Amino acid sequence: MFLPELAQSLLSGVLMGLIFALVAVGLTLIWGIMDIVNFAHGDFLMTGMYLSFWMYSLWGIDPLLSLPVSGIFLFFLGVVVYQLIIRRILGAPMLIQIFATFGLMILMRYVAFYFFTPNYRTIQHTFLSGSIDLGGIYLPVPQLAAAAGAFLTTGAVYVLIHRTRIGGALQATAEDREAAALMGIDTDRMFTLAWGIGAATAGIAGSLLSIFFYIFPEVGGIFGLIAFVAVTLGGFGNVAGAFVAGILIGVIEALAGHFYDPALKTVFVYALFLGVLFFRPQGLLGVK
Amino acid sequence: MKAAVLGKRGRYALHGAMLAAAVAYPFVFRKPFPQDLAIKIFLFGGLASAWNVLGGFTGQVSLGNAIFFGVGAYATAVVQTHWGWTPWVGMVLGMGVACGVAFVIGYPCFRLKGHYFAMATLAIGEVFSTLFMNWQWVGGAVGVYIPLRDDTWKYFQFGTTKLPYYYVTLAFLVLALLISEGILRSRMGYYFRAIREDQDAARSLGVSARGYKLSAIGISAMITSLGGGLYAQYVLFIDPPSVFPMMLSIQVVLLAVLGGVGTLWGPVLGTVILIPLSEFTRIYIGGTGSGLDLIAYGFLIVLVSVVQPRGILGFFRKGGNA
Repeated sequence: MFLPELAQSLLSGVLMGLIFALVAVGLTLIWGIMDIVNFAHGDFLMTGMYLSFWMYSLWGIDPLLSLPVSGIFLFFLGVVVYQLIIRRILGAPMLIQIFATFGLMILMRYVAFYFFTPNYRTIQHTFLSGSIDLGGIYLPVPQLAAAAGAFLTTGAVYVLIHRTRIGGALQATAEDREAAALMGIDTDRMFTLAWGIGAATAGIAGSLLSIFFYIFPEVGGIFGLIAFVAVTLGGFGNVAGAFVAGILIGVIEALAGHFYDPALKTVFVYALFLGVLFFRPQGLLGVK
Repeated sequence: MKAAVLGKRGRYALHGAMLAAAVAYPFVFRKPFPQDLAIKIFLFGGLASAWNVLGGFTGQVSLGNAIFFGVGAYATAVVQTHWGWTPWVGMVLGMGVACGVAFVIGYPCFRLKGHYFAMATLAIGEVFSTLFMNWQWVGGAVGVYIPLRDDTWKYFQFGTTKLPYYYVTLAFLVLALLISEGILRSRMGYYFRAIREDQDAARSLGVSARGYKLSAIGISAMITSLGGGLYAQYVLFIDPPSVFPMMLSIQVVLLAVLGGVGTLWGPVLGTVILIPLSEFTRIYIGGTGSGLDLIAYGFLIVLVSVVQPRGILGFFRKGGNA
């Protein structure tokens, strides 16, 4: 009895963890490159969820098809946010930076609240339904597909950062802003790009989540905080680290929820977060 | 700056006039709404000043001050429901517990700097909220109803008039300001600011950074906890979402940032501007729970941080600090 249960929650945890990983990747990119904490990151995700929801309920477009739209829309939203707000506070004290993105979070959340009401919504019938039976372990197809999508998107970001010239320029900007600028890298464009990609990944994660998760204005709060934890665990700016940390968080949540108490599962996640902060501040995968 | 313009005597006169106006206010504004508004301003002004001791003077940006608020509120409520004691004892007890909690949080967290410290306190705040949600002895998710009684000072409950709450919260704000002023003028205040400006330099001159940071968080926690106790008595019902919310932790910072971080009057100025604004927008445009008031609120925050990153006080002064 014990082993199948363990395997079931481990696998469910990994599936959810892949989504966490994708959300965290966008956050770590922004954080790592420009040392700005984006409190509105979860609300980019919320925007992606609603985009998919409305395209589904107004025009019957499946979330899997609206996903690219979501990614593109959020890319531009990220660029606009950077140009209008973040650019102006790059040199401001940390408190101001926290507040600008925090204000943005409230703004986005309650715009959704105002136009879409606080009701919980779900997308009922998508291309995907049912579950796969792996010898007594059931994996719901929607979750499976969302996790696969998250994995692919995260992989794409990883390749972009580590295998392309633009990725190299992004890394150089993260490493040393001034030196990068002296080498002819347009750092302002790199920051814009980071916000675009960061928001786009959150939007894609939102569309993937919308297949099986409740959609409501405050949903970003849950995922935003978990993304913070994943970013810290993985090491700031470390895409691979955020990926591993996201999965780890998913698994811990699932195990704690299943074997201990679902109401207290986040406490375990935060405990891990604090433990890493105190004892291994460079992150689980980070090098000093 | 003010001292330069007004002189010492002028400043005393100004403060005396402000206090007199505050004392006279409820006799001019007799309706519940303006009195309730003033009570909220006093309460939040005190909470923002308490945060300012830690976040402003000492530069340790806490995003978890709701922890101390909640501890104070729960201590005040629980001593009444469980043992029938007077809430005053609960408030004192709450201050002690909050101070202890502050040390336990501060000791490991003060090794962290900048974002890391802020994120750690944010996470600990969420842990507290979740734990209280599941702690059945203090009512769990249901919360605690403080038993209703007749109007007495002993149990600090007044159903028929807001005046006692008004003057007690006013005293709370004055206390918070006096403590802040005392700190700013004392040797400790200079150490706090030295740590904020450059911790390593301060330590190399023999300032015990951890000791002073612990003092700052302890003072901040005790004032905040007292505010929590007063809040519990004012509303007579508390639950984790109302006294441990992340939103509260953030809001006190916001008030201080808006008015001017690290200054004596900044947090009060921010409160005097923002609390009425949020109350009026809530009533006039957000009355149906549409969230429109919060849209305006969010927009304002973004606007202030982009346009005047030094807070409202920054409009009045060109250079200089605190």
